Amino acid sequence: MKLSRKFLEEYVNTHKLSNEELAEKMTSVGNEYASIDPLSSATNLTIGYVKSCIPHPDSDHLHVCEVEIKKGEVTQIVCGAPNVAEGQKVIVSLPGAILPGGIEIKKSVIRGQESNGMICSLGELGIESKYQSEEDKKGIHILPEDAEIGEEPLAYLGFDDTSIDFELTSNRGDLLSVMGMAYEVGAILNEKVKEPSIAITKETENIKDYVTVDVETENCPLYLARMVKNVTIKESPRWLKARLMASGIRPINNVVDISNYVMLETGQPLHFFDYRTLGNKIIVRMADEGEKLTTLDNQERTLSDKDIVIANQDHAVALAGVMGGLNSEVENDTKDIVIESAIFSPVHIRLTSKRILRSEASNRFEKGLDPRRTYFAVDRACKLLEELADGKVIAGCAIHDETKIKDEVITITVDKINKVLGMNLSKEEIVDVFNRLDFTTEEEGNALKVTVPSRRIDIHIPEDLIEEVGRIHGIDNVQGTLPIGTGLPGKYEKNYLKEKAIRNRLMAHGLSQVWTYSLTSKEHLHEFTKDDFTSIELLDPMLEDKKYLRYSLIPSLYQVAEYNLSRKVEDIRIQEISNIYYLEDGEVKEKKVLAGLLTGEVNTNLWLHQGTKVDFYYVKGIIEDVLTYLGFQNRFHIEVGEVAKEYHPYQSAIIKIDQEQIGSMGMIHPSISKTPIYVFEINLSKVFAYSIRSIKDREISKYPSIKKDVAFAFDLDTSAKEILNTIQKAGGRLLTEISIFDVYQGENIEKDKKSIAFNLTFMDPTRTLTEDEVMEIFNKIIKKVEEVHSGILRDK
Amino acid sequence: MKEEIKKIEEALEKDLKEVKNKNEANDLRVKYLGKKGFVTDLTKDMGSLSVDEKKELGKLANELKGKVTDKINGLISEMDRKELEERLKKDKIDPTLPATNLKVGGVHPLTKITEEVEELFISMGYDVVSGPEVEDDLHNFQLLNVPKNHPARDAQDTFYITDELLLRSQTSPVQARTMLKMKDKGPLRIICPGKVYRRDDDDATHSHQFNQIEGLVVGENISLADLKGTLEVFAKKMFGEDRKVRFRPSFFPFTEPSYEVDVSCFKCGGEGCNICKGTGWIEILGSGMVHPNVLRDCGYDPEIYTGFAFGLGIERVAMLRYGITDIRDFYTNDLRFLKNYNRMEGDK
Repeated sequence: MKLSRKFLEEYVNTHKLSNEELAEKMTSVGNEYASIDPLSSATNLTIGYVKSCIPHPDSDHLHVCEVEIKKGEVTQIVCGAPNVAEGQKVIVSLPGAILPGGIEIKKSVIRGQESNGMICSLGELGIESKYQSEEDKKGIHILPEDAEIGEEPLAYLGFDDTSIDFELTSNRGDLLSVMGMAYEVGAILNEKVKEPSIAITKETENIKDYVTVDVETENCPLYLARMVKNVTIKESPRWLKARLMASGIRPINNVVDISNYVMLETGQPLHFFDYRTLGNKIIVRMADEGEKLTTLDNQERTLSDKDIVIANQDHAVALAGVMGGLNSEVENDTKDIVIESAIFSPVHIRLTSKRILRSEASNRFEKGLDPRRTYFAVDRACKLLEELADGKVIAGCAIHDETKIKDEVITITVDKINKVLGMNLSKEEIVDVFNRLDFTTEEEGNALKVTVPSRRIDIHIPEDLIEEVGRIHGIDNVQGTLPIGTGLPGKYEKNYLKEKAIRNRLMAHGLSQVWTYSLTSKEHLHEFTKDDFTSIELLDPMLEDKKYLRYSLIPSLYQVAEYNLSRKVEDIRIQEISNIYYLEDGEVKEKKVLAGLLTGEVNTNLWLHQGTKVDFYYVKGIIEDVLTYLGFQNRFHIEVGEVAKEYHPYQSAIIKIDQEQIGSMGMIHPSISKTPIYVFEINLSKVFAYSIRSIKDREISKYPSIKKDVAFAFDLDTSAKEILNTIQKAGGRLLTEISIFDVYQGENIEKDKKSIAFNLTFMDPTRTLTEDEVMEIFNKIIKKVEEVHSGILRDK
Repeated sequence: MKEEIKKIEEALEKDLKEVKNKNEANDLRVKYLGKKGFVTDLTKDMGSLSVDEKKELGKLANELKGKVTDKINGLISEMDRKELEERLKKDKIDPTLPATNLKVGGVHPLTKITEEVEELFISMGYDVVSGPEVEDDLHNFQLLNVPKNHPARDAQDTFYITDELLLRSQTSPVQARTMLKMKDKGPLRIICPGKVYRRDDDDATHSHQFNQIEGLVVGENISLADLKGTLEVFAKKMFGEDRKVRFRPSFFPFTEPSYEVDVSCFKCGGEGCNICKGTGWIEILGSGMVHPNVLRDCGYDPEIYTGFAFGLGIERVAMLRYGITDIRDFYTNDLRFLKNYNRMEGDK
């Protein structure tokens, strides 16, 4: 809300505060200001008279003017405006003047001619072009005859005003009016507000003979119509135009301007109909679905049955609260005007305006209006039309009123106020706040009965009054305390700490944490999963690539990798723990997922030619470590299985705990990424479903172990994991460790075979093993491997 | 006798000087101390001597033996020392050559801030609670005193999935859910961190996805003074001991009264700079006393209970703390950006 300072001054004494002081004071009671903008910041101006104007001898567009800048004082000014002419009253900036944008006016010589100032256009004074007439945009501004030579032109034009732009909170609809602002400033400065006059000089005839109002919908609790006949449409007086400009509204003509002025003043949007096209019957009803109406901006609108319309007997004439219809618009030859002042359902106005157009009017309807002000505004408009448009005000008002205008009466105790605010205010201090706000109070024992005027549509409950006391009195003196509690420490949710542990473990392995967006595109939605799931799609996406809630984190991590790779960051190790989302039996599911991505080299030392390239087994090692850290040693399995098509078909695996698949891992398919990139994704919701076993001490054997090596040739497809299972089963409890120390294909071995060499450790925690008993087990293992896996013993 | 000893000593000195390596030094041991060595020879003819003479000679011979042994050993250990020195010299490296690149991953700056806030409030007895990101209109708005089509909804343009389902635009629904879940409806204090979503175009200061932490305390005698005290502790912990807080009245539908909270600028200390835009104050969070409608709708009797709530944006705090100027940096994850945060926090 742009508040004109001069407009405000009409209704409340502002103690000659500077604009900054006033804005700060308003901010301290909750009405934050965004900016303070004078209509014009130009200095050292005067009204001049062009006594003579001749073309510049050395220019085809400049003029040399003799300008009277003070009674009897004439000076020469070179002017480049095409519309400058002898006999004009003009705005002159004198040497020393500073114009908006910091331009300083100096005495100068322009192509050999002395120039002692500048004749100004409105643009040069800093007036926005939307407020300028077509004439003004082309050159200098020409003042009317009555402008006095030597006077200050900004004051003459009413441009000696400043607008303070407030960012109001959505509950304070009452402040969308100069009157509302005046009450607020009055409360701060302890000043009474003087309301504008609604005294109409003369009223004739009766509204009944002209128009009737018939409200057919419950969404219009209050509708008032008055009539002013025989108006003269002309330019508005200067002060009125300036007020509108300082409030951010473009002046049009006196009638339209009055409608806007009264809205700014009272907060009540008005609509003026041309009686010729409106007719004698006003009907307020819901639009028919599909009904058409061409609005003032010359656009045909298709309405819905949620829109409220104003209609005559034949058709809709206005979209209530949003915009008038072209068919009943006030035109230059309009004589008789019907004024609408009404209250419509905020919810409906909001829906309609969101769909069609948000305007100053709709904004006010949405935030709620005071019915008293609705009555006030219609009379105020009549008065101004009488005064400024020579209109004949018709007596009476056509009324539909379902509102029961009443002031809110709220009872509250001093104790309650102090308890909530943590203050120790006396009853007098509290009553003073209400007095300043122009609320009346009545003492009832310990309690105060506070009557809140209907203009404060935001106040309904005791807490609202507490807020007012806090606002107006201020809480700077409140001494901060800490809430009294049990003294017990707070706690995290159970899985939260597990997540953190996983994150830290992966960080130790070099994986940095990233945060990526939850929303994804249709294309990425189904990547890196083979699940058949029901996705969650936004009703109203802003962008195509942020339309669905993701089902895998890997596409997001891959995007991060691509971004970094393209910037020559080639060693990438990242992780994220976030939710994935889907529907199951109509229910939204959010599951916590861990994903990682690795590429490049680790532990690099270039000059030593050292470094480890990230590969499948490196990533597998990280996953195994994390699962071991979580207590799943001997329970997790990484094995060949069906994975999403975005993985390399032969360098990928599924991850299981016991028999349940919890994730997958592998290289990204080379057709997607030329750079070898390895990724994994684990469903933590599944992992957290298992309880983590507690740590128990394990005795370290005092007895020596015996080690045996053995190598076999196997078919290429034989899984190491299965061989290890066989060996372990055959070796029994005395076989405490198996490691693979060589895998080989090539010379000295049959084609289509691979050799795998194992190192076996045998140990008994209670005694020393003999070579004989170990050999017995060892031979049993060899036999089993030969049987089960067709292993051909190569070496032992 | 003494002369012979002297001779031996002189011979030894000479021999020692001529020794070239450890083998030669060991040979001297044989030459002097061996069965036929010079020192052994001295005592060869002891049979003809008197007891006293034997004693005397034995003593001298032993002294000589000790001396010779020390000298030879001294020479050998000196040679060992030199040899080791030579070997170590060969091991010499240039410690200024680049190290092996060992990288431990780092936490994201948003996590750093989130955890710092969580740890502070945990220590003050708050539980950390989370809730669903896909919310319903009821919990995200209606239970928080924002009915359908309320103008306050404009401030949080929301992503809808159906007419009733949405991406939460704030973490406040977790507060509503927690209050509703509390069986005894007794006092509670929680903080709720999490992702939230709003229909904003991404630019340097807006992000369609960001993070909030909200706090809620409900009890029988909770006052605005408690809110003020709590946020003072928070401001000092997050931005430094010298910080002051300022409450500006504002409006949020779920609190009454409502306040925006500013902290005195930690860069200029309140004198005015580019961070605080010359005001000396930086807006960091919204807060207020829980609206009685919210308490009532979530099962708490507002006649008995009062409460306070506050909420802040993690991104905003991180941007202020570290001087980050583009909110999109958090989600781009340029590893060069993240690397800068892979360290502990500085002193405040």
